[in-house]
Amino acid sequence: MQPHAENGRPLPLITEISRPFFDAAREQKLVMQRCPRDGFFFYPRARCPHCLQADWAWQEAQPTGAIHSFSVERMGQDPGQRGRVPFTIVLVDLDDGPRMIGNMEGEPDVRVGQRVEVTFELLDGAPLTCFRQIAD
Amino acid sequence: MPRSAAIVGLAEWKPQRVWPERMFALDAMAALAAETLADAGFEKGEIDGIVTGQVPESPIFAPSAVAEHLGLATCFNEVVDLGGASPAGMIWRAAAAIEVGVCESVLVLCPAVPQPSDPDRDPRKLPNMIYYGGDAWGSAQAQFEIPAGLVAAAPSYAMAAQRYRAQYGLNEEILAKISVHQRENAQANPNAIFHGKRITVEDVLASRYVADPIKLLEIVMPCTGGAAVLVTSAERAKRSPHRPALVTGFGEYLTHKSISGMPDLLSSPIGPAAERAFRMAGATREAVDLASIYDSFTITVLLAIEGAGFCPKGQGQDFIRERDLRHGGDWPLNTHGGQLSFGQPGLAGGLSHFVEAVRQIQGRAGDRQLARCDLAFCNGSGGMLSEQIAVILEGA
Repeated sequence: MQPHAENGRPLPLITEISRPFFDAAREQKLVMQRCPRDGFFFYPRARCPHCLQADWAWQEAQPTGAIHSFSVERMGQDPGQRGRVPFTIVLVDLDDGPRMIGNMEGEPDVRVGQRVEVTFELLDGAPLTCFRQIAD
Repeated sequence: MPRSAAIVGLAEWKPQRVWPERMFALDAMAALAAETLADAGFEKGEIDGIVTGQVPESPIFAPSAVAEHLGLATCFNEVVDLGGASPAGMIWRAAAAIEVGVCESVLVLCPAVPQPSDPDRDPRKLPNMIYYGGDAWGSAQAQFEIPAGLVAAAPSYAMAAQRYRAQYGLNEEILAKISVHQRENAQANPNAIFHGKRITVEDVLASRYVADPIKLLEIVMPCTGGAAVLVTSAERAKRSPHRPALVTGFGEYLTHKSISGMPDLLSSPIGPAAERAFRMAGATREAVDLASIYDSFTITVLLAIEGAGFCPKGQGQDFIRERDLRHGGDWPLNTHGGQLSFGQPGLAGGLSHFVEAVRQIQGRAGDRQLARCDLAFCNGSGGMLSEQIAVILEGA
């Protein structure tokens, strides 16, 4: 079952495999699994999705990237998210390769290609992936 | 000469916002089966295959529950789990099974009516439908997407639309035209949930943004209902009272579950699926008399028109601008109204694109009957532009 914060927002359902990502995120560090052949991959899983081997290692990744696309959430289709609309869901191409989902608060003046940097917002101790705009 | 398969019979329940009577899915399947057999002029004893979606009364062992409940003896038994593309997947799987000779006549059953209330159900444990099962233990959605608010479908399709806008530019009036022309088609379909309710481009543009640039009148109308078809061998199809709709080509393709895993937001997986289907049928895009395109959102249709090769990538808006998509037009699209205007009664919504194509091929489409319908392009689109299926139907 999806865990929820006291204010009703859904929190990440962390597994043993993804725990190192979330532990680092609490310290505002972006770590991802890196395969010696195929490079970084995301989301966390036991084997590299390209070569299906398990000889990857957790490694710090550059926290920067560019917005691939985005959606402004006005309704709050999830009742647990209604308290914070509008907010923006962004799909970000990290400079190190993987694509990542996160939020930007409100309805920022974003565009596809906008440079962003990852930050983690802590809610009831759980890290939530967010992005903030940086200069191009 | 390999065997071929054809759709010969159908049943379609008029979609309603709220179904007047509660019914178990298995009972609804029995009712749909009876109507479909009568329509095709087949006996129940001839049925030797069943394909359905998940069955609420039998979360596992679904096909055996269906066979037992309907008193069938079957040699082909499938549950298809491809979201909105499931009915398209059901039809080609049935056709393929018939072609290789493991069965002769298959019922494709898609009920979408509410079950009787379970007196023991704990309402606190109701599944959160907007998560589409993504809140399961170990799922990537539960870790990254649900917390970010990426739930239901609109935000994912909005991301494809925003990417389209950045790459090619987006004309919201052209997307609105899809809604308007399909709504016009629905005016000739008494079964459509929006029969009798016309809309204009201005109405679409003025409807509220659900996930920019997707507006309310560009989104399917969820409702209740049900539909079924009977697929049989071309030999047996000959004695059906209606013109058989031969399943001459099909293709299926998927690469991802979530929009964040989609390799290219503007390259719908319908591309490889449609290419295979057209090649198998030996048909050209120009030969299509009816495009019966899965329309969860207007952007879904735009990406399918481009992806299936009706025009080059990035030129779908010009293609739509230059054509009349109504049943009397030069490029008839979703003549039943599409799910935008016919309604989306669960999986029967996806099946509606096939039911309409069969009706048009059989000459049973009433006031919206096309002057000629020998070849229909039908597709199914599931999840987040993920499960994509193309099927070519041709009149015998």
